[in-house]
Amino acid sequence: MTASQALVATHRKRSRLSRLLGYDTMAETRECLTGMAFAIPWLLGLLIFVLGPIIASMYLSLTKYDVISAPRFHGFANYQRAFFDDRQFWPSLGRTFRFALTVVPVGTAGSLLLALLLNRGMRGTTIYRTLFFLPSLTPSVAMAILWGFLLHPVVGPVNYALGMVGIQGPGWFSSVQWALPSVVFISLWAGFGGSRMIILLAGLQGVPQELYDAADVDGANGWTRFRNVTLPMISPTLFFVLIIGVINALKVFALAYVATGGGPSWATWFYALHLYNWSFNYFEMGYGAALAWIFAIIVVILTMAQFKLARRWVYYMGE
Amino acid sequence: MTTKSISTQRGLFSSYAFRRKASTVTSYIVLTLLGLMFMFPWFYTMTGSLKAPHEIYLFPPPLFPELAQFDNYPEVFRRVLFGRWFINSVTVVTLATLGAVMSSTLVAYSFARFRWRGRDALFAITLATMMLPSEVTLIPQYLIFRNLRWLNSIRPLIVPAWFGGGAFNIFLMRQFLMSLPREFDEAARIDGASALRILVQVLLPLMKPVISTLAVLGFIGAWDDFMGPLIYLSTAENFTIALGLRYFHVAEGQPGIPQTHLLMAACVMSTTPVVILFFFAQRYFVQGIVMSGIKG
Repeated sequence: MTASQALVATHRKRSRLSRLLGYDTMAETRECLTGMAFAIPWLLGLLIFVLGPIIASMYLSLTKYDVISAPRFHGFANYQRAFFDDRQFWPSLGRTFRFALTVVPVGTAGSLLLALLLNRGMRGTTIYRTLFFLPSLTPSVAMAILWGFLLHPVVGPVNYALGMVGIQGPGWFSSVQWALPSVVFISLWAGFGGSRMIILLAGLQGVPQELYDAADVDGANGWTRFRNVTLPMISPTLFFVLIIGVINALKVFALAYVATGGGPSWATWFYALHLYNWSFNYFEMGYGAALAWIFAIIVVILTMAQFKLARRWVYYMGE
Repeated sequence: MTTKSISTQRGLFSSYAFRRKASTVTSYIVLTLLGLMFMFPWFYTMTGSLKAPHEIYLFPPPLFPELAQFDNYPEVFRRVLFGRWFINSVTVVTLATLGAVMSSTLVAYSFARFRWRGRDALFAITLATMMLPSEVTLIPQYLIFRNLRWLNSIRPLIVPAWFGGGAFNIFLMRQFLMSLPREFDEAARIDGASALRILVQVLLPLMKPVISTLAVLGFIGAWDDFMGPLIYLSTAENFTIALGLRYFHVAEGQPGIPQTHLLMAACVMSTTPVVILFFFAQRYFVQGIVMSGIKG
């Protein structure tokens, strides 16, 4: 076979491949194959670790499965059980929502206030930014432990300080009434100055000075400037921060698991603890999968609802 | 000259300038008070980590130990497998971050620079999966690693990162690559460079900011991860710092000498690496957080 014959042969082979892929030219086929080759890790990852598991857990949620024996098809029994028979399902869901409904609005307002304070162009802002940010770097487990120390009912400095002003401090983590507020409080401590503040600060810095100048010419005071210039201009940032904040708050796990173990008497038994417990303590994986899917559907609906609502209050420049 | 000095002098009392100055001073006071409040828990933990066992239970709680017990720190290593946990954590974090950054670079390159059948559909699916919480994939992933007999090893915490690094990393990396002009690639291609060579020699040097950023965010996420180690690791010698700390915390309740001072030292040590990283890579931190916020 001469060199030219070989060339023709390979050309034909490739053009068959091109036709298979639906491309006319060799260059396009080459580009397609190279592109696919670079995407292989994710093609595999998406199938093995994301899409496969999504379908598998959907199926498992319709079965009874204890890991040891094969899953048995169960219909919607797991969902029925969650909604009607599981005594801790609704309470844990409600508690998680109460947690999110405090932590997200209060936390976002606090972060925005800090960001506004830092955005006044004063000297030393970086140092303050760092001071506010550091608590959020604390690993959740360390956070739970060190706050257990600070909120110690007898020898903790918090109750000591309360005692100085004549207040008998509660038992915090060990009190049914105060355990949930304690977890809220700790989350706020870490959340006020965390990444949310940094994002909002960047949003504030992106507001064009001309708009403020124009507002000044119109004689706007601080509040009007904030209400009519700052707020609309950072509304896309605020929106993003709210979406992420809600999802993260609903997923609260490590802090409560370590600080209180979900107690006392279920006071901090959040949805993620419930899900973890059924899946990995009792190994009722069918039921655990159903709990996970209920959670996923709630998260997706909430996120989409927020996007819907966003049309009313989020302002995009140039639209 | 004189008019100017007079005007500044008068400015001090004129309501506008005075109010401005007053508000700046107030801001500083507020900022400082807030900073102290935010840092107090850490201050108290740090001095607590240097206290003698009996000082923990003194009332009123002393702010400082009578004599700083620096030996509390080595004592942590003697009491529990802290050194082992530290090595495990560093291994997991390094390998998971490395895998995520490397593989997401390759995948993002494919999404940003090549046209291929199914690309846009795959990208849409990738974005859609970002909406679903990770809880949904938890059980099947566990079953995969159980079948591979990888339970009670750190492999389940590392290996998935090497398969594309997750939708979020791919997305951010792709956005960054799209912002780089294609002329760079074209020039190299005309010179006969292969696709891989263009990525490594032309694009990679330009991608340094986004790579550092994702590495830093990956580090923090993996260091803080608790649920993963809790599910996969069952014996103390395989624990990561986060899980070990909790194990130590639970063991504290057992009879014997109070260990709170040691637990505080362990908390300080478990947070130190993240804080050090923050100070060295502050720029990338802020950039990364902002990037994930604004473009996401």
